[in-house]
Amino acid sequence: MIRLALLLLALAAVPSWAAIDIYQFDSDAQQDRFHRLTEELRCPKCQNQSIADSDAEISQDMRERVARMIREGHSDEEIVTFFVDRYGDFVSYRPPFNPRTAILWVGPLTLLLLGGVGIVLLVRRASREAEEDDQ
Amino acid sequence: MSKGANPWVFLPLVAFVALAVLLASGLGRNPEELPSALAGKPVPEFSRPSLLNDRTLTEDLLTGRWQLLNVWGTWCPTCYIEHPYLLELARSGIPIIGLDYKDEDAKARDYLAEYGNPFREVIVDADGQLGLDLGVYGAPETFLINPRGEIVLRHVGEMNQRVWDDKFAPVLQQAGEAPGVTP
Amino acid sequence: MAAELGHLSLWVAIAAALVLAVFPLIGVYRRVESWQRYARPLAWLQWLALTVAMLCLGYSFYINDFTVTYVANHSNSFLPLGYRLSAIWGGHEGSLLLWGWMLGGWTALVGLFSRKVPLPMVVRVLSVMGMIAVGFHAFMLFTSNPFDRSLPWFPIDGADLNPLLQDPGLIIHPPMLYMGYVGFSVAFAFAVAGLLAGNLDPAWARWARPWTTVAWSFLTVGIALGSWWAYYELGWGGWWFWDPVENASLLPWLAGTALIHSLAVSEKRNLFRAWTVLLAIVTFSMSLLGTFLVRSGVLTSVHAFANDPSRGAFILGFLVVVAGGALTLFALRAGRLKGKGGFKPVSREAFLLGNNLLLLTATFAVLMGTLYPLLGEALDIKVSIRAAYFNSFFVPLTLLLMAILVPGMLSNWKRQDGSPLLRRMLMLAPAALIGGFLGARLPGDTPWVGTLALILALFLVFAHIDDLVRRALAYDRGFLGGLGKLGRGYYGMVLAHCGVAVLVAGVTVVSFHEVERDVRMAPGDVAEVGAYRFEFDTLSEYAGPNFDSRMGHFLVSRDGQAVAEMNPEKRTYRASGQVMTEAAINAGLMRDLYVALGEPLGGDAWAVRIYHKPMIRWIWLGALIMALGGALALTDARYRKKMTRSKADANGEVVYE
Repeated sequence: MIRLALLLLALAAVPSWAAIDIYQFDSDAQQDRFHRLTEELRCPKCQNQSIADSDAEISQDMRERVARMIREGHSDEEIVTFFVDRYGDFVSYRPPFNPRTAILWVGPLTLLLLGGVGIVLLVRRASREAEEDDQ
Repeated sequence: MSKGANPWVFLPLVAFVALAVLLASGLGRNPEELPSALAGKPVPEFSRPSLLNDRTLTEDLLTGRWQLLNVWGTWCPTCYIEHPYLLELARSGIPIIGLDYKDEDAKARDYLAEYGNPFREVIVDADGQLGLDLGVYGAPETFLINPRGEIVLRHVGEMNQRVWDDKFAPVLQQAGEAPGVTP
Repeated sequence: MAAELGHLSLWVAIAAALVLAVFPLIGVYRRVESWQRYARPLAWLQWLALTVAMLCLGYSFYINDFTVTYVANHSNSFLPLGYRLSAIWGGHEGSLLLWGWMLGGWTALVGLFSRKVPLPMVVRVLSVMGMIAVGFHAFMLFTSNPFDRSLPWFPIDGADLNPLLQDPGLIIHPPMLYMGYVGFSVAFAFAVAGLLAGNLDPAWARWARPWTTVAWSFLTVGIALGSWWAYYELGWGGWWFWDPVENASLLPWLAGTALIHSLAVSEKRNLFRAWTVLLAIVTFSMSLLGTFLVRSGVLTSVHAFANDPSRGAFILGFLVVVAGGALTLFALRAGRLKGKGGFKPVSREAFLLGNNLLLLTATFAVLMGTLYPLLGEALDIKVSIRAAYFNSFFVPLTLLLMAILVPGMLSNWKRQDGSPLLRRMLMLAPAALIGGFLGARLPGDTPWVGTLALILALFLVFAHIDDLVRRALAYDRGFLGGLGKLGRGYYGMVLAHCGVAVLVAGVTVVSFHEVERDVRMAPGDVAEVGAYRFEFDTLSEYAGPNFDSRMGHFLVSRDGQAVAEMNPEKRTYRASGQVMTEAAINAGLMRDLYVALGEPLGGDAWAVRIYHKPMIRWIWLGALIMALGGALALTDARYRKKMTRSKADANGEVVYE
C-alpha cells in the first residue's frame, strides 16, 4: 500500500536523456505529427532507437529535415518515403508489406486460423464425449 | 493409451529446431552495417561550395568517369586511420572526391595541408544535409560512382586494401575498367 | 579470500546439483527409497552453497575489492553502499549468479512445500531442476565467472556502476523478473517429471498450479517495474518500446498466462494435460530464449547485457538441450497423457481454449517481430520492427481476449446453457456501452478502437461485480456471509481480471490523449498544455555534491488554482563533464505532468518539453492489481488442505481425498 502511495504521489526530479529541440510549427497538430514521425523513424547508427529517442548527430539532422518537410507542407507518407529512399526500409519502423516480409503477418494469422480449426475439431470431439458421459 | 501416435506431437520439436537454427545463424554477425538504399540511383542534386577553391560544385562533378566519393571529417578518428590508404589510391590514379561532412572549413584545410590531400575536389557539407540526401549516417563512408553519376555501392567504415580488393575492385573489373584508368 | 570462497562455493553448488540430478533419480528407477530421500537435502545444500557465493560477492563489493574483475567493472569507491550491493546483479556474470541463486532457492522451496506429493514425483521434479542448475552453474564457472581476479595488477578504483542503474527502480526490477523467469522452471520441471513418469497423477495440476501462479505474479511485477522505470528515468514519456529485450520478458509472460489458464482446466477437469505440459515447456523455453537474446549480441538493443557470441553459443546450446530434450520427450510420451472427459461448445473449457489460442498467437507475433531481423539477414533484407507491427496484432488480440473473458468467466464447466448466459451479458451491456462512450468522450475525441476498449474494460468489471454478488447471495447467508464463503482463488481471479481492465483503460486513454509540447520559454513566459498552465517563474543555480545544477522553477495551475511547483534541472557532473537532464514529474492517479529543460537557447530562453499524460499510472496500477490477484489466488485454502490422495472418477473429474 505504501508502495502504491509512493508510486502515485512521488514528486521527483528524475534524469532523462532525450534531446529537446525547438522547432517552430504553425500549429499543435504539426507538432504532434513531428512527434509521431520522429518516433516512427529509426536512427541508422544507433542500437535500435528512434530518431526521437536518440541524441546522435545523424538523428538530429534527420529531425531537422523532418521538421523542415512538415513546415513545407509534405505529407507523412512523403516524409517517410524520403528517408526510406535514402536509407532503405531499415529506417522506418513500419515494415513494408512485400513477398519477403509477408511472413510477419501471414505467420501469426495462419496460426490463428489453424488453431481455430483445431479448436473446432477438438470441441466437436469433446462435445460427443460429453454426450456419451451423460448416457 | 492411444493406438497410433499422433504425428502432431512432433510439431513443437520441429518448430523449435527451426528456431534454433535461425538463432544460431545470428551469432557472430554484425547487425550494424546498412547497404546503400541508393544503389543504382543517381547522385542527388546539390550545389555546394568547394573547400579548396571558390568554385560552386554540383552533381555534375560526379559524372564522366568512375570515381570514389569519400565522406570524412576532422572529428572522425577512423578517417585519420584510412587517410594514408586514400592517398595511396589517389596516387595510383583513382579519382577521389571528398565530402567534408559536418566539419569546419579552416580545420579541414589545415588537416589536408598537414596529412596530404588525396581529393581532386572537396565538397563542403557543414550542416550534413547533403549527407542526409546520400543516406550517410556516419563517417567514414565511401561511395563508388559510375560515369553516369549513379551510386554503385557504399562502404561504411575504414577504407583499406582488403575492402578495396573484396568490394570495389571486382565491380570495376566487371565494368571493364582496370583500376587506375581514367578516360 | 572472499572471492576464492565464493568460487569454491560455486563448485560445491554445481556438484550438489549434479548429484541431485542423478542420484535420487536412479533411486526412483531402482525403487530404492533411501536414495530418493537425498533429493531434498541436496537441494538445500545447493542453495546454501549459492547463498555463500552471493554473500561472498556482496562482501567483495562491500570492501571495494577491485582485484575482482567484476567488482572493478561495476563499482567504485564513491558508489553509495546500497548501489554497491545491488551491483551484484548489475552486470552479466553477477546476474547469472542471481539466476542461479534463485533457481537454487526455488528448488529448495519446492522440496519444502511438497509434503503431499508422492516422493518419486518430488524426486523427478527436483532432479530436473538440478539438471537445469547444472547448466547454469556450468555457464558461470566456465565462461562467466564473477569471481575472476585480475591479479597481478588491478585498478585503483572501479569503473563505477552504469549511472542508469544507480536507481532504486532498477535495483528491484531484475530480481523480480528473475523470480518470474526462474519460477517458470518449476512448472517446466513438473511437466518433464510427468513425462518421465509416463503418466500424470490427476492431482499433478494442483501441485503445479500455485508455483506457476507465483512465478507469473513476480514476472508481472518485474515487467511493470521495467516499464515504470523506463518512463521516469529515460525521460521520453514512453512506457513500452517493443525493444527486443522488453519483448524477451513479454514472451514468457504471454505463454505463462496461457499456462495458468490451461492449468485451471487441468486441475478442475483433468483435461488438456498434454497441452498444459507442452505450454509449461514452452513458457520456460521462452525464459531461456530471453536470456539468450539479451546476452548473445544477436539482436540490437540499447538494453543488451552483453554482446558475446561465444557466450551466446553456450546459452543456445543449453537451450537446445533443455527445450529440445523436453520436446522430444513430449513427442514420445504425450500420447500417454490423455485425460477423459468432454465438454460442450458453450462451456468454460471452450472459452479457455479460445483464451489460449489468442494468447499464443500474440506470443507468436511478438516472437516473429522480435526475431524477424535475424530472418531478414538470411533473406538479405534489413527491416526495423517496432510499435506499428506489434500493435497491429496486439490491439485486436487484446480486444478479442477481453471479449471472450466475460462469457468464459460466466460459463459453467462442461456445459453452459446459452440463453441464461446471453441474458446476463445483455443485462450488463447497456451500462458498459454508456460508460464506455462517456469515458471515451471525456478526454476528447477518441478513435473507435479506444472506445471499444473502454467499453470492453467496463463490461469486464461489471460482469465480475455482478458474478461476485450473485455468488455471495447464493449461499443464503446474506451478502457479507456469502462473501466470506467465496474462496481466495475466486477473489484472486476477480482481482486479476479487473487489473486487466484497469491496465487496458490506462493504455487506451494515455495512448490517445497524451500531449507533448516543445516550447521556447524564458522566465516569465507561460505555456498552456491541455487544461494546465505552466509558468516559468525563475531560473536558479546551485552546486550539488558532484555536479552543478541550473534549476527551472515552474508554477503549474489549472482554472486559476495552483496545482504544483515543478523544478526540472540541468546538471553538469564535474568529473566527467557530462550533462544530464533531470525532469520534474508531478504524478497523480488521473494524470502525470512532466517538465524537462532542453538546451539554453540564448538570451535567457530555454527549450522546454512539457507532457500531459492522462491516466498513465493506471497501467502500472493495473499490472500490480493483476499480480496481487495472482498472489491471492495461490493462498487458496485448497492448496493448504492436507490432501493426500486424488483420483479421477469415472467421468474424469478429479476427486480429492
